[in-house]
Amino acid sequence: MSTGSIQARAEGWLGNNDVRLLVALALAIGGLYALFSVVLGFQLNGTVNTLRRVAFLSAIYAMLALALNLQWGYAGLFNLGAAGFMAIGVYTMGILTAPVTASPPGFGLPLPVAIVGAILMTGVIGGLAALPAIRLRADYLAIVTVAFSEIVRLTLRAPEFANTRIAGVAFGTGGATGLSLPSNPIRILFYTDPAATAPAPNALGAAIFSAVEPLGIEQTLVIGWAYVVVLCLCLGLLYWLMIRIGKSPFGRVLKSIREDQQVTQALGKDTRLFKIKTFALGCALMGLIAILWRLSGGYASPRMFKPIQTFYIFIALFIGGTGSPTGSIVGGALFASLLFEGPSFIRRVVAEYLQLSNAPDTLVGALAQLGTLDVTPLLAYSVQDVSISALRLMLLGIVLVYLMQRHPDGLLGHRKAIASSVDLSQQATQEDDNE
Amino acid sequence: MSKNVQSARSDQTQKGQQEQILKVENLRKTFGGITAVADVSFHVQKGSITGLIGPNGAGKSTTFDLITGVQRPDGGEVEFNDTEITGYRSDQVANQGLVRTFQIARELSEMTVLENLMLAPQNQAGEAVWRAVLPRARTRVVEQEKELREQAWEMLELFEIEHVAHESAGNLSGGQRKLLEMARVLMTDPEMVLLDEPLAGVNPTLEEKLIDRLHTLKEQGYTFLFVEHDMDVIMNNCDTVIVMHQGSVLTEGQPDAVKNNDKVLDAYLGEEVKI
Ligand SMILES: Nc1ncnc2c1ncn2[C@@H]1O[C@H](COP(=O)(O)OP(=O)(O)OP(=O)(O)O)[C@@H](O)[C@H]1O
Ligand SMILES: [Mg+2]
Repeated sequence: MSTGSIQARAEGWLGNNDVRLLVALALAIGGLYALFSVVLGFQLNGTVNTLRRVAFLSAIYAMLALALNLQWGYAGLFNLGAAGFMAIGVYTMGILTAPVTASPPGFGLPLPVAIVGAILMTGVIGGLAALPAIRLRADYLAIVTVAFSEIVRLTLRAPEFANTRIAGVAFGTGGATGLSLPSNPIRILFYTDPAATAPAPNALGAAIFSAVEPLGIEQTLVIGWAYVVVLCLCLGLLYWLMIRIGKSPFGRVLKSIREDQQVTQALGKDTRLFKIKTFALGCALMGLIAILWRLSGGYASPRMFKPIQTFYIFIALFIGGTGSPTGSIVGGALFASLLFEGPSFIRRVVAEYLQLSNAPDTLVGALAQLGTLDVTPLLAYSVQDVSISALRLMLLGIVLVYLMQRHPDGLLGHRKAIASSVDLSQQATQEDDNE
Repeated sequence: MSKNVQSARSDQTQKGQQEQILKVENLRKTFGGITAVADVSFHVQKGSITGLIGPNGAGKSTTFDLITGVQRPDGGEVEFNDTEITGYRSDQVANQGLVRTFQIARELSEMTVLENLMLAPQNQAGEAVWRAVLPRARTRVVEQEKELREQAWEMLELFEIEHVAHESAGNLSGGQRKLLEMARVLMTDPEMVLLDEPLAGVNPTLEEKLIDRLHTLKEQGYTFLFVEHDMDVIMNNCDTVIVMHQGSVLTEGQPDAVKNNDKVLDAYLGEEVKI
């Protein structure tokens, strides 16, 4: 490929409205959180860390929404068990990498091998889980998958499997305590021996660390941002993959399955195979994304994979609009930044400026003062640390109701890309890849 | 249509004028207490246009469903091109070269007319997800897509709906949807097509053109079995006519013979008929 064509491609990309939209969105969210940080009086390190956390969560939820969009947006497969498949991915990876001598012991495999194993495992289990329900109506698949995801979670939590031995092989899930995972692999970039407790930086690490140290930015933050960059690359790759699939003959069949399975079948497509493949692929991707999510935290526990996790991904998808990869990213980023992270920042801002020290203990106490038109106690009550998740749920409810009324297709859902690998408006055979 | 398709068709016409392409024996289907298809047997000759008529509720559409695997028969056999296809799934039936349209047009409404057509061809390289994605394998997909696109445009011209090529199928008029359905099944490159009231809602001028198309396609070797309530259309265009009544075949034969059959008249007038 010549430089000219690379340049042409790059220009084509930037001229692409969707890419522009995504860049603008990223800047807007970044700006908002920079503002929050200023208002809250954060130091540079705190500000950069806030931005990192928001970018990290946005990228993860955008990827999860993309994977769910493959199943639900493209093929109409209602997977209410996303959290379960995420858990399978993370735990498979964790068990495969855990040292044989650890407690609970694992298989001591290298991380890349374990990740491939985990992807295969999630894909195969996804395919099998869907098998009995795939021929039935969409709601049966939903019931089967939500039950399946709870079975997975409860199994992982069960003390029986926390540290067990099956057919002479010792391994364990760690039960309710959770499982420790390998340290963030991105550390290899910066340290000579990333596994050590106080590792020495390598040349690159030393250069970067010493450059940012005067700014008060910590080493962990540099590592965190490097990881976010890798995640964004993964996100870009997944986005590209989803657009390709959407425009392929495979994606065309999925589109028609979503509309009318019987007609699709009458046209000679084995819809069961298409559905199982799509479901398995989506689940495998969810497993992989969950690994990327948990690798930065270093441990996994069953309570991270409750059904609410699945619900979050669906909300992200609904916000952006099903069927559009760009919409999935927009939805994922908006969900993570505004709905997921937003409430606790709002709380902090409110607390900072209203001096809400003596919040009432109960909702009744908070509402009692409303009679005197004093809203401060209610405000104080709703933004307490303990009610943040309740506030978040309430916000989600409001957003859902609003979306259903005003934008039933999500923000970008009405945009349906043509499913073809070539530009259909051309009649004659010519060079026109529909990219 | 691509050239190789056409030549394959004319080969078939030459060798197989007298062959029975579809054989239906003692087909039966009940829904709860209702016997939709009681006992249906008939043969369809290769390269013919065969009409299937009968009063409303006679069981014509259900018979189509049973032949094409949309519903499972309670009894009986279906043989297509000497292969027993009873109980095949509808995609398997379609892959044998036997496709059908639905009485109530079932366009894929969110997809454009062209997408509808591009969907239909069988065994597309890009239906394997890895080929659709990997750069190298994808060149073949793109090549094939170009060929299909050309076929699709030709098909649109054949049915004179090229002006709505980029329209969502859901925005088409009733008649246009019927045309789209026909064009779409032909895109699967079938040997035989079952048409369930393809002319319902189509205006008379277009109806004539469509019938012309049927004859042209018949010359190319396609076989058609079609349900139609307009007696004139049936009598003027079919080689053979099969008459159904209350889930059974009342009679079958040349259009003239059927027209003058008293039982047929009685059935249509709603009188008791002994089968
Ligand atoms: N899925 C079903 N469940 C119950 N009864 C059905 C079903 N499908 C068809 N029937 C009944 O079977 C009988 C035959 O219906 P069918 O649609 O095959 O008739 P038809 O000959 O195609 O009629 P028309 O000319 O009106 O299209 C009718 O009495 C109908 O009510
Ligand atoms: Mg009918």
